[in-house]
Amino acid sequence: MRKVLLPSLIIIATSLLLIRIFYLQVIDDTLKLKSENNAIKKKYEYPERGYIYDRKGKLLVANQASYDIMVIPREVKKLDTLEFCQLLHMTKEDFIKKMEKSKVYSPRLPSVFLSQLNKSEFAAFQEKIRKYEGFYFQKRSLRDYEVNFGANIFGFITQVNEKLVSKNPYYNSGDLIGRQGVEESYENLLRGVKGIKYFQKDKFNREIGSYKDGKYDTIAVQGEDINLSIDAQLQKYGEELMINKRGGIVAIEPSSGEILALVTAPSFDPGILVGRQRSKNYTALYHDSIAKPLYDRGLLAEYPPGSPFKILTGLIGLQEGVINENTTFFCNNGFSYGRGRFMKCHPHSPSQQLHNGIYNSCNTYFAQTYMLTINKYNNPAKAVDIWSNHLKSFGLGQFMGYDLPTGKKGKIPDSKTYKRMYPNGGWRSTTIVSNAIGQGEVVMTPIQLANMMATIANEGYYYTPHIIKKIEGHAIDKSFTTKHVTTIDKKYFKPVISGLFDVYNVGTARSLRVEGIDICGKTGTAENFAKIGGVRVKLEDHSIFVAFAPKDNPKIAIAVMVENGGYGAAIAGPIASLMIEKYLRQKITRTDLETRILATSLQSRYAKLGGLSDKVKSQLRVSDSILKSKTIIPTFKVKIDSTKEQKPVI
Amino acid sequence: MKNQSVSNNIDWISIIIYTLLVILGWLNIYSSSLSSMEDTYQKQLIFIILTIPLIFIVLSVDGKFYEKYASIIFGVSLLTLAGLFLFGKTIAGQRCWYAIGSFTIQPSEFAKAATSLALAKFLSDTQINLKDTNRQIQALAIIFLPVLLILPQPDPGSALIYSIFIIVLYREGLPSWYVWTGFITILLFVLTLVLEPQYVILIALGIIIIVHLKSRLADRNIIMSTILFLLISGFVLSVDYVFDNVFKQHHRDRFNILLGKTVDMKGIGYNTNQSEIAIGSGGWIGKGFLEGTQTKGGFVPEQHTDYIFTTVGEEWGFVGSLVVIALFAGLFLRIIYLAERQKTKFSRVYGYCVAGILFTHFFVNIAMVVGIFPTIGVPLPFFSYGGSGLWGFTILLFIFIKMDANKVNEW
Repeated sequence: MRKVLLPSLIIIATSLLLIRIFYLQVIDDTLKLKSENNAIKKKYEYPERGYIYDRKGKLLVANQASYDIMVIPREVKKLDTLEFCQLLHMTKEDFIKKMEKSKVYSPRLPSVFLSQLNKSEFAAFQEKIRKYEGFYFQKRSLRDYEVNFGANIFGFITQVNEKLVSKNPYYNSGDLIGRQGVEESYENLLRGVKGIKYFQKDKFNREIGSYKDGKYDTIAVQGEDINLSIDAQLQKYGEELMINKRGGIVAIEPSSGEILALVTAPSFDPGILVGRQRSKNYTALYHDSIAKPLYDRGLLAEYPPGSPFKILTGLIGLQEGVINENTTFFCNNGFSYGRGRFMKCHPHSPSQQLHNGIYNSCNTYFAQTYMLTINKYNNPAKAVDIWSNHLKSFGLGQFMGYDLPTGKKGKIPDSKTYKRMYPNGGWRSTTIVSNAIGQGEVVMTPIQLANMMATIANEGYYYTPHIIKKIEGHAIDKSFTTKHVTTIDKKYFKPVISGLFDVYNVGTARSLRVEGIDICGKTGTAENFAKIGGVRVKLEDHSIFVAFAPKDNPKIAIAVMVENGGYGAAIAGPIASLMIEKYLRQKITRTDLETRILATSLQSRYAKLGGLSDKVKSQLRVSDSILKSKTIIPTFKVKIDSTKEQKPVI
Repeated sequence: MKNQSVSNNIDWISIIIYTLLVILGWLNIYSSSLSSMEDTYQKQLIFIILTIPLIFIVLSVDGKFYEKYASIIFGVSLLTLAGLFLFGKTIAGQRCWYAIGSFTIQPSEFAKAATSLALAKFLSDTQINLKDTNRQIQALAIIFLPVLLILPQPDPGSALIYSIFIIVLYREGLPSWYVWTGFITILLFVLTLVLEPQYVILIALGIIIIVHLKSRLADRNIIMSTILFLLISGFVLSVDYVFDNVFKQHHRDRFNILLGKTVDMKGIGYNTNQSEIAIGSGGWIGKGFLEGTQTKGGFVPEQHTDYIFTTVGEEWGFVGSLVVIALFAGLFLRIIYLAERQKTKFSRVYGYCVAGILFTHFFVNIAMVVGIFPTIGVPLPFFSYGGSGLWGFTILLFIFIKMDANKVNEW
């Protein structure tokens, strides 16, 4: 027994050690990772981001060099602080503060002393940098905007957030990433692929040579250049027209679905979100909850479409066979329906067919058509679903699938919507008749309106709107070259288009005719209310206009929405026709109209909603001396009320 | 005939294992020294080359010499330890070295061999019976004399090694309650640190009551049980008190880290954390010779001395660790096997001491490196950098090999 004790102890102890070592080396994986973090340093080589061009090859977004001044505190020798500070335009206190900060970070490791100097700021210092031991510079690449418009289209570059770093292994903390706009949607192409060099480091974090002689190193791959479908000239013009207004413009080429212009107002110079000023400016824009300069109204603003929707009501009526071109309804400043309810209309000749119904924007005509459509089937639920499916074939009530990262679905009601609204049933065509004139439960975004016009221009099909025109060496996404055909037969578009054409000739937009260009369009108005100081106040209507041109072989379809702009032909209509002329002719013949629109400011109307903060005002290209009051807190609400009496819709 | 027999009867298995360990040790020192820009591997090479004449001297000395002069060797060794208080050189707060020019020598590394000889000599006296309390005290005195000189240097690691002599004494007849007491003491110590003292006392009370009730009526002794309980309670409370009030913070930290109570990877926990990372990153087969990223980066402190096993773990992986540990275990078991074969009690006891000392070093060192034992400075025999250590262990081992080779001549 006594002989066995020591050998047993040896065997037990040895096994214990082996188990522990086995656990550390084979079972516990975290140690390997810790070892890598510990001893291997990855250095990234960042490729230049791809350039962005417009549809004609005009350079919109390029890159600029910027310089970070780096410091290794330990290596800093005595220096002429005064001269140093003068070269870098900084105060001595600032210098001392920054040096302290670097020392706290690490005396042995490089840290950023001054970041993102531009070429001219850096030039003077560069000549003398040899004099200052311990200081060196690091070149970085920043976005350089060649134009001062299109901020909503481009998006911006920012540091990647920690959440994404933990989800996407490509990104490391501190990396730059495109956010919003095409910088986000084409991030993977634009950014390229960063190169990695591995270094062995020691316990002081110093590099002590390349790891495995660079066996695992990779070379950076340059970002791809892309061409947008945007027409720079048109985009710029649209933004100019929208100065001192709020709203959105979307222009689409019907034959391809390419987005020609995507304007949101108010907007800002994309250049303010670059470099040292970025975070300050972004914060200011972000906190402007009233004017919402970061909110892309062309894609995100949802409104009841109003009169332009009547086009679809008419098309569905034709397709369902409840009306034909010659069907006549009588309108006597409106019509009665249901139990003594009355939908108002505005004065025009009492006998309406499809053609003049469209150009007069007759509520009665389309309400009757809609009721016939719904009453065609015994069951209103079935009828609403059929109607809803027709609308959905136009891309409504859904995300359209375009290549920008933001969007709204809008809303197209179906039987489920009404079963939810009227759980006890009893709803029928008269209950939901407001849908006929785009006022009920129907909600659309400007890009959906523009796409609707493109579809009508194409007489029954559309391509998913997209902003990419060309990527060097790649085909654009297949979904953008696939034709979407609507449920409306081609033959029914002809009479509708002719009605839209006469909107300009004899209808609600006759004052907006452009000599020599055949435009088809439709005015619209959306009511809206705000709560100001606790009282519900009716605000000026939103002005809406949709159009395409020319009538034969259309080149551009457009939707314009101006918040609180008044009736459709007041401001949205002129902007649409100016845009069309600009795009088709590259010049404006009606300079008086142009001058009037450019000079129009709606800031006094917006002031009622609460003005812009001073901070934001200085950053925005909009400026108006009236904007002073910040005390009114608005709650913005679009009226959705389908059962009560309707106001005439123009 | 007499001299020729040394090479014939020598135990080549031990020598081969020894040689392998020394060579492997040097390769790992070479790898770990690349980060430090120091020439430790060159110095170690000189130390290794110098062991060759040392081995020849040890082997050529007459076999009876060690037994005859054991007491004198022990006395000289004690003097060198005591002399440290007058002439010793202080390095990193420890007064463990004599400085001769640029070389330093650590007498405690040689004292283990001397103590082993003295203990063997004492026990080989035919009159000795370890059941006798006086004899027990004498034997323990031999062990505690060097400990008393080593502890205040301070060098608790070296002092700890001497506890293994208890096992040697047990082999030679020390009553088993010594071992039990030692075992229970360690158990209570660890339990007190892991649990709260009151729980440990409650557990002890429960066990004592159960044992008391289960034993035969005639064996029941309420006074003995009470005394036992009071002793245990006193010990537990004093451990708690000593730990909280007598230990310095860095001692406490060493235990707390081990018990997972403190996680401070930048400060006191750094060594253990880094050595676990280095070993853990080795995986099955390691990163390859000279490819260890942790080793190259110099992350593990004292890597060429006490933490040399981290290089094995990182660069040679589990397979390499297994080989090294197997070589060590093989050597220990071989020595015990040889010891049991000895014809004289003197060489048997000495062999046991050699196996025990080497094993304790090996276990305490690697257990510390892999994080299951508190941080305590003990070198890994034949592996760790250092001339005194290498020579001390070499002399310790080869005296036994000489004795073993001599056994045939003792007829």
